[in-house]
Amino acid sequence: MARVKFLCDTDRCIECNACSTSCKNEHEVPWGMVRRRVVTINDGQPGEKSIAISCMHCTDAPCVAVCPTSTLYQTDIGVVLHDKDNCIGCGYCFYACPFGAPQFPRATLFGSRGIMDKCTYCAGGPEENGSEAEFKKYGRNRIAEGKLPICAEVCSTRALLAGDGEVIGEIYRERVLSRGFGSGAWGWKTAYYPEEA
Amino acid sequence: MLKRKSTRTTPRSRGEHPAQQVPDSALSRRGFLQASGVAGLGLAALGGARRTATAQTAEEAETLPEFKKTICQFCSVGCSMWAEVDNGVWVGQEPAFESPINQGTHCAKGAAMREIAIGERRLKYPMKRVGGEWTRITWDQAITEISQKLVDIRDQYGPDSAYWLGSAKFSNEQAYLFRKFAAYWGTNNVDHQARICHSTTVAGVANTFGYGAMTNTFNDIRNSKSIFLIGGNPAEAHPVSMLHVLRGRENGAKMIVVDPRFTRTAAHADEYVRIRPGTDIALLWGLVREIFENGWQDQEYLDQRVWNIEAVREEAEKWTPEEVEHVSGIPADQVRSIARTLAENRPGTLIWCMGLTQHTIGSSNTRAASILQLVLGNIGKTGGGANIFRGHDNVQGATDLGVAVDSLPAYYGLAEGAWRHWARVWDTDYQYLQDKFASKDLMETAGMPLSRYMDAINENPESLDQPNPVKAMMFWGHAANSIARGPDQMKALDAVDLLCVIDPHPTQVAIMTNKQDNVYLLPAATTAEADGSVTNSNRSVQWRDKVFDPLFESKTDYEITYRLAEALGFADEMFKHIEVVDKNPQAESVLREINKGTWTIGYTGQSPERLKRHMRQQENFDSTTLLGKEGTEVEGEYFCLPWPAWGTPEQNHPGTPILYDTSKSVAEGGLPFRARWGVEWEGNNLLAEDSYSAGSEIEDGYPEITLGMIQALGWESELTAKERLIIALVGADAFTYDLFDISEEEAQSRISALTLSELRSRADAESGDIDGSWQGGQGGRARDVDQNLSTMLEDYPEDARTAIRAYLSSQGEPAEGQSLPVLERIRRVNWKTDLSGGLQRVAIAHGLAPYGNGKARSYVWNFPDPVPIHREPLYTPRRDLLPEYATYDDRRLWRLPVKYMSIQENDYSQEFPMILTSGRLVEYEGGGDETRSNKWLAEFQQEMFAELNPQDAGTAGITDGDMIWVETPEGRVRVAAMVTPRVGPGTVFMPFHFAGFYMGEDLTDRYPTGTAPVVAGEAANTAWTYGYDVITQMQETKATLCRITQA
Repeated sequence: MARVKFLCDTDRCIECNACSTSCKNEHEVPWGMVRRRVVTINDGQPGEKSIAISCMHCTDAPCVAVCPTSTLYQTDIGVVLHDKDNCIGCGYCFYACPFGAPQFPRATLFGSRGIMDKCTYCAGGPEENGSEAEFKKYGRNRIAEGKLPICAEVCSTRALLAGDGEVIGEIYRERVLSRGFGSGAWGWKTAYYPEEA
Repeated sequence: MLKRKSTRTTPRSRGEHPAQQVPDSALSRRGFLQASGVAGLGLAALGGARRTATAQTAEEAETLPEFKKTICQFCSVGCSMWAEVDNGVWVGQEPAFESPINQGTHCAKGAAMREIAIGERRLKYPMKRVGGEWTRITWDQAITEISQKLVDIRDQYGPDSAYWLGSAKFSNEQAYLFRKFAAYWGTNNVDHQARICHSTTVAGVANTFGYGAMTNTFNDIRNSKSIFLIGGNPAEAHPVSMLHVLRGRENGAKMIVVDPRFTRTAAHADEYVRIRPGTDIALLWGLVREIFENGWQDQEYLDQRVWNIEAVREEAEKWTPEEVEHVSGIPADQVRSIARTLAENRPGTLIWCMGLTQHTIGSSNTRAASILQLVLGNIGKTGGGANIFRGHDNVQGATDLGVAVDSLPAYYGLAEGAWRHWARVWDTDYQYLQDKFASKDLMETAGMPLSRYMDAINENPESLDQPNPVKAMMFWGHAANSIARGPDQMKALDAVDLLCVIDPHPTQVAIMTNKQDNVYLLPAATTAEADGSVTNSNRSVQWRDKVFDPLFESKTDYEITYRLAEALGFADEMFKHIEVVDKNPQAESVLREINKGTWTIGYTGQSPERLKRHMRQQENFDSTTLLGKEGTEVEGEYFCLPWPAWGTPEQNHPGTPILYDTSKSVAEGGLPFRARWGVEWEGNNLLAEDSYSAGSEIEDGYPEITLGMIQALGWESELTAKERLIIALVGADAFTYDLFDISEEEAQSRISALTLSELRSRADAESGDIDGSWQGGQGGRARDVDQNLSTMLEDYPEDARTAIRAYLSSQGEPAEGQSLPVLERIRRVNWKTDLSGGLQRVAIAHGLAPYGNGKARSYVWNFPDPVPIHREPLYTPRRDLLPEYATYDDRRLWRLPVKYMSIQENDYSQEFPMILTSGRLVEYEGGGDETRSNKWLAEFQQEMFAELNPQDAGTAGITDGDMIWVETPEGRVRVAAMVTPRVGPGTVFMPFHFAGFYMGEDLTDRYPTGTAPVVAGEAANTAWTYGYDVITQMQETKATLCRITQA
């Protein structure tokens, strides 16, 4: 059985935010909730790298482990989904998550954060696939339609990959092989023939 | 661990493609996914969850959503997308993987485009300000009142006192109608965004190569060995182009970025070069010098295809790497190493955007960049080119179709011959048009550029070269905050008698004016609410389907144009041969009229049928070459027929993906350089030497095609009777519209009945010259046929000499008071004026380019600086470089006085010690009225800011996020500080998309209720200073002076 993953190729990510806005468009995510965002490090200086971050749908997902109400669960293809009807807004998943994926609509001093929301890998939730109820709570279910997550489908430079972990891993490996680090290394072009570099 | 199945597949209506509507690519899509990397979910692994149609009955089928393909409304890359429309509502957006251009991808803007269909913040119905209050009115009332006021203004002040400010968001058809509308109204005061984005590119590049457009395609950048970006940040302004740029780099190309900021694009480059704004010529000439110094130039290419490179060499000689460093701040060694990189990695592409164009010397910058590419022999080659990324989605098309103060559609210019040409296509009497204008003189003089609209209103009448200042200002799809000089604009917007905004949003104009009455806001539909063609930056003319009906009370631009024309009394004449349904001119019918007249740039082959076929079969085009694949219906044609697509649609020209590429025949999309400047200039040969496009029967240079030339070469008999009849009657100025549809037999009988005396009697008017759009296209009319000619032509083959002689023999002007004999006039009908397409057809059949085979020009004698020279910005921090690099003297241009030296001679650099530059953000576009109203975009960029180097912030005691004043000598804005090393010490950067605040004051409560954009901020241009390009009046918005203080 396929196991789906995300992979962001930081050599290609240009921080265009298509992944973030396409997610808003696809799922009509309200203002203030962001399921996927682009993070830039070393902003404005050599070594600047951007990476698109959302729920990574971890293998041994810490959010699933800490959730006291079994709101979070993992599907057979590795997607971590959540059941909004069970969520009590405790925020444990937020503290457990290494990527800051879980989002809450409210931030008050005393408790109530509201119901958690996060990336669904465009796979909806526990409701019937394609139902109105599913759309309202989780957004569209592209996986059930045989499509991939919209963020990866529209990524402007094909930096963000989604799909079977084996396959996208292989694509990334091939990319690194073809663009190489060797030919970029100092002195290679001078020392060796360009076509061999 | 709890697991639940997610693979259950329950079809639902929202995601359904009815079987007959599944995009052609349903299968190829999977193949594509594997190749591109968004792959491998292995649809099969999910139990074959492909969409299938479930509709069993007709009723059910009716409720299924439709899929429509539209083109993104934002930038000029031209991304396709699928719109899912349910019951008239745009409910979903799917990637169009089959588009050879974007291949399914989008940037933030494209990915959020559907928000316009929700349109909460849009203008919903026509409004008018009454005593300072916004009041809802009906369309009928709006059109009646506006047209009445326009007529009053025309009666009192003349037609030139109305300014028609059009838009790069228009489709080609609307752009054409808009220009035509201005002609029937009687003014050349009609312009659009190209004036302030790439007018200097069009002028500079057209005067160097022949056409002012991007030479290659986005996809072709994959073939480049070096990618040199100067003054461009495609990672934010054209993100999808980076799909191709980064692929080029991964294929081994060296990528160099020159910019005052370390941009998002620079973060991906091999080398970043920090330059002081406004010193590009120093760098470009430094590179040219270094290349010549080392003998790296392509000498054979220069000898055969470039005129007067010696003049450039002479100027470049003084730009030693040390002098470049002195002026631009780029280390001398870096100049040497870039030159080496460019020389060793050919073919290389040169990409530029606003950083090069928006300067007082913009049209020199663009020429210097073009010349660098000539020196390297990079133009006309796959992987090479001057790849100029245009701005808005249809700014290329709107420029081509003449929404400009200095030209009729297709760069025909404004001379009498141009008017007569279009009068023939429009089936309107030349005299009728002339009577609309205040005078024949004003009809043939360029209007006032939009960058100066405030001066067109504010100047006192005596200093204008037209009867009165502008009194009616029509903003039809143009923001005010993308135009410099806020205080002057505010004064102008208060001073006009009539102010009208026709736009999906109220724009900054609505809140900037203090006028209490006679301000109208008309809701225009967005691009997704009308169909039509749009030309992307690489000249491909894509057809855009309408996605949904205009929202609220919005109307399409087509309909508003028609209603206004109707109210002004010229709709019948203007739409004589255009199909109009319910006051809506039909795009297909308009495009057919465009096809009939745009011979200069080959918009003649792109019929609606051909374009729609290409859009339906996007997956049949190669993703690198854009060539239609073998065995398909579009075999051998390039995607959406990048112009020029010569001749009539029936001639099936495939379009020209790479301009000036001599390795292909003209019939297959090849071209030499355009022989635009004549045959010789002051004894210098301007025609190509020993260079010609593949398959050319004349194996050398030749002038542009005229009937006389075709006759001399003995090919006249190849013209059909219909073609000959049309040519003869065009030449005799006796063409009638019915000839477009005449049959060959009828033409045969009419031509045999045609006698010379009849022609003579019909020919009652003088035919003028045609050329010269964007001021300065013409020149080089050979005067003396005999003198230098014999020596000049010695090395040319016999057929070339015949062609040149035939061309020259019909160049002289008749003596004063005399007119040319009618036969001579017929001989002079050329590839631009022949309405039959016969001359182009016969020329191409013999392998000739309709526009001739000339040399590119590195010396433009009709410009103030024939060789580009560096001149400091008006507000320069480097007083030590004056007067050596001083600006121009003040002068009069485009009906207006223009200041240069009178500003530069004042030293502002003590009071305003920092350099200010401006640019774009990926989430927003242009003035930002649409994008800042889009909640999905606005959330990611909520505050206007200025970038400040940590060193300067420290000196001024400013920390990140503080509010600061950015003050220039002409204004000030209050913005948040973003402290970042992205800008160098001494430099401040501001994005220009914001509006809503004015010098610290919040004006957002002036918007009509519910129409304020989600995000508001200071407009950078409020504080932006004076400065205009000497050729096109492009505004200088990249280099000025400022100071920073705590707010």
